[in-house]
Amino acid sequence: MQARSADWYQGLVHNPIGGRLTRTLGLPAPALLRRYRVGQPLLEGPALVGSAPGGRMQDVVVRIVNQGAGEVVTEPSESDRSRWAAVVFDATGIGEVGSLVQLPQFVGPAFRRLGRSGRLLVLGTPPESLDDPEAAAAQRALDGFVRSAAKEARGGATANLLYVAQGAEAGAESTLRFLLSARSAYVSGQPIRLKAGDPTPAPTPNWEEPLAERVAVVTGAARGIGAAIAEVLARDGAHVVCVDVPAAGAGLAEVANRLGGTAFQLDITAPDAPARLLDHLRQRHGGAHVVVHNAGITRDKTLANMTPDLWSSLMAVNLEAQLRINRALLEDDALHDAARVICVSSTSGIAGNRGQTNYAASKAGIIGMVEALAPSFALRGATINAVAPGFIETEMTAAMPFAVREMGRRVNSMGQGGLPVDVAETVAWLAQPGTAGVTGQTLRVCGQSLVGA
Amino acid sequence: MSSPARSTARSAAPEAPTRARAAIVGGNRIPFARANGPYAHASNQDMFTTALDGLVARFGLQGERAGEVAGGAVLKHSRDFNLTRECVLGSRLSPATPAYDVQQACGTGLETAILVANKIALGQVEWGIAGGVDTVSDAPIAINEDLREVLLDLNRARTPVDRLRAAAGIRPQHLVPELPRNAEPRTGLSMGEHAALTAKEWEISREAQDELAVASHRNLAAAYERGFFDDLVTPYLGLTRDQNLRPDASSESLAKLRPVFGEGPDATMTAGNSTPLSDGASVVLLASDAWAKQRRLPVLAHLIDAETAAVDYVHGGEGLLMAPVYAVPRLLARHDLTLQDFDFYEIHEAFASTVLATLKAWEDARYCRERLGLKKAVGNIDRSKLNVNGSSLAAGHPFAATGGRILATLAKLLAEKGSGRGLISICAAGGQGLVAILEAA
Repeated sequence: MQARSADWYQGLVHNPIGGRLTRTLGLPAPALLRRYRVGQPLLEGPALVGSAPGGRMQDVVVRIVNQGAGEVVTEPSESDRSRWAAVVFDATGIGEVGSLVQLPQFVGPAFRRLGRSGRLLVLGTPPESLDDPEAAAAQRALDGFVRSAAKEARGGATANLLYVAQGAEAGAESTLRFLLSARSAYVSGQPIRLKAGDPTPAPTPNWEEPLAERVAVVTGAARGIGAAIAEVLARDGAHVVCVDVPAAGAGLAEVANRLGGTAFQLDITAPDAPARLLDHLRQRHGGAHVVVHNAGITRDKTLANMTPDLWSSLMAVNLEAQLRINRALLEDDALHDAARVICVSSTSGIAGNRGQTNYAASKAGIIGMVEALAPSFALRGATINAVAPGFIETEMTAAMPFAVREMGRRVNSMGQGGLPVDVAETVAWLAQPGTAGVTGQTLRVCGQSLVGA
Repeated sequence: MSSPARSTARSAAPEAPTRARAAIVGGNRIPFARANGPYAHASNQDMFTTALDGLVARFGLQGERAGEVAGGAVLKHSRDFNLTRECVLGSRLSPATPAYDVQQACGTGLETAILVANKIALGQVEWGIAGGVDTVSDAPIAINEDLREVLLDLNRARTPVDRLRAAAGIRPQHLVPELPRNAEPRTGLSMGEHAALTAKEWEISREAQDELAVASHRNLAAAYERGFFDDLVTPYLGLTRDQNLRPDASSESLAKLRPVFGEGPDATMTAGNSTPLSDGASVVLLASDAWAKQRRLPVLAHLIDAETAAVDYVHGGEGLLMAPVYAVPRLLARHDLTLQDFDFYEIHEAFASTVLATLKAWEDARYCRERLGLKKAVGNIDRSKLNVNGSSLAAGHPFAATGGRILATLAKLLAEKGSGRGLISICAAGGQGLVAILEAA
């Protein structure tokens, strides 16, 4: 989908001469990440699945891996040296700190045999749902464990933690599939919380097209991450309404035509923008199931040089427009029940960034908005989440000075920048009807960036 | 009820109102550019294909087979003999979409829409696309006419001697190419010179012309500002609005310009109150109501009827651009309407003086009686309903693209209002004029 060649160093490492050179010099070798292609199996190799006593998730995991035509191993043999495509440990039943030693016992030896772009997935019980302090401590300990394991992972492997609430087991499938598959290529070191859905989402009939029959709106779709999001949602079966400012209409029409969607030119900061968007969705599509707020701008200046104009013009696009549209969506039947709203934040909004007081403030504001709106959307069976991309290879990052760009690219556990498609895959997972248990959260797509972890 | 137009209506076509009507679903155009501006290296095919693809993207028509696409250009290369079909093949429409070219000078764009709409009304096609394109920048330059004849003789020659004899006819002056001219073949006068004659005959003042031009710029700018064109225009080659648009145009600034058409101290027509040579393309999506409904597409307005007139500007003493003056009363009569029965008037601003002469002619009882054969004047219009979102003086006028611009603009105006009726009037070279009635859906 996107060229890998944006990263010159990765290209060097993966050509025969450059590879020898970098190995000789002892330089790191960022892996070529396995990325999703239509028809790709869930896992390419066996999965090792284990559980601490009292675990609730092993059956679900085994069923999903088997459905994905993958082999499940529960008792690893010493003689077998094959590489694991995934190692899954169900720690949901751990209630005592002493039991945590099963992590090094089970995951430790297996971790060494984790294959390229392998997946370590630990399943836990949300600590905040536990009354017993020790149980809460033990469950929270999983977070530190997984984050550290993610930093030790090599060869494009990831480590993530999924906290599954009591009663949410049956609704975990879309999230388990996302975290095990190549769709989560650049998501690592992240804890995700899964609530019990009410009602439990209907089963997804076709995992190749989980968004079939759905209408999705993507703002800022004319290029970059927005175009990638539109493309992945369309690939997953959605009809995509591509939105961007009228001035970006040429690129917007190209994107819409490429993926068989429609182009809707709209300045989301216009006072009547929410009404126009909703009217359009109602009239042309009978409403929308998915809304992706991706449109955003940068107006970088250090704080001393930040003018109110630069501040306000950015806030209008990055935060205020989303707030107004979300408010309108909540009150309007143009948004179907059980809808999915996804807002694009940024690791700048978590960690801060020099020269981006306005941008980081807006992106942090999105995280606050998502948390605050989640209960209201829940009343309609809908979810609202944010994704926070780290360093993503786009036109915007390509325009950065060399040293800054190299810094941004390397200071993460994967040793490379992500691609727009990595953000898009994460959005597409949150957009699925089956992902009903994830809401009010901000998921980072940053290769476990060292900043703001 | 005393209107002479009405009395002829009943005898002319009593069954007219019962006809099926084509819906205008929407439109798309690229911003119009001034000649040799940003589109200098874009061909008619490039621009029309882009306009089609923008329409396809807006309405989700990728891979769909339209009943037909009718398009055309006034200035056309000989290689573009099948221009519209070539554009369809290069577009995102199904390659199984038939297409044909139309050329009726500046009336081309409206004429294509009339043709497609008529087929829809007859049930011959379910939906189609009409439009036009023109470039003055990428104009066809032909080889010298005398040289062309020599070369054709050379081609016909059978023996080496014949060939030598033919080739000997080539002369140095044959290197001078044949350039397209903005002139009437039968009078040798440019369109501006013709318009200047009419302006003088009707005593159209410089001030009135400049005032109309200022209104055009202001109205177009205001329409852009309120997002009116958000779903009618798709940017192209970095241009996001019509290049000719001057939001700050004023009577004072226009008054400084020197006349370019007409002669003597009382010449009134300047570059400011005449349309500039322009490049651009526009398309309109037409369909049956049923098709639009089935695809959840809007019906902005219906194309009710159209009329084309032609005048004898060569020997008949009529102005070159006065044909719409004749066409409108004929159309009104057919529908038992008066000129005052409209909520919007879209009168193509080839020149400010053309619009003003047209209006003045309709108000002139003697003219209406003697030339139009009416019993009394057609009457005046409420000027606040004229070209309310600007017209060609501000937007520019790529000849064949103007019809599509006006149709989509008027259809959306009617959709916004939710009711009412609009009149389109477009003058064209060769002494022709096309007019049409749109009604809100």
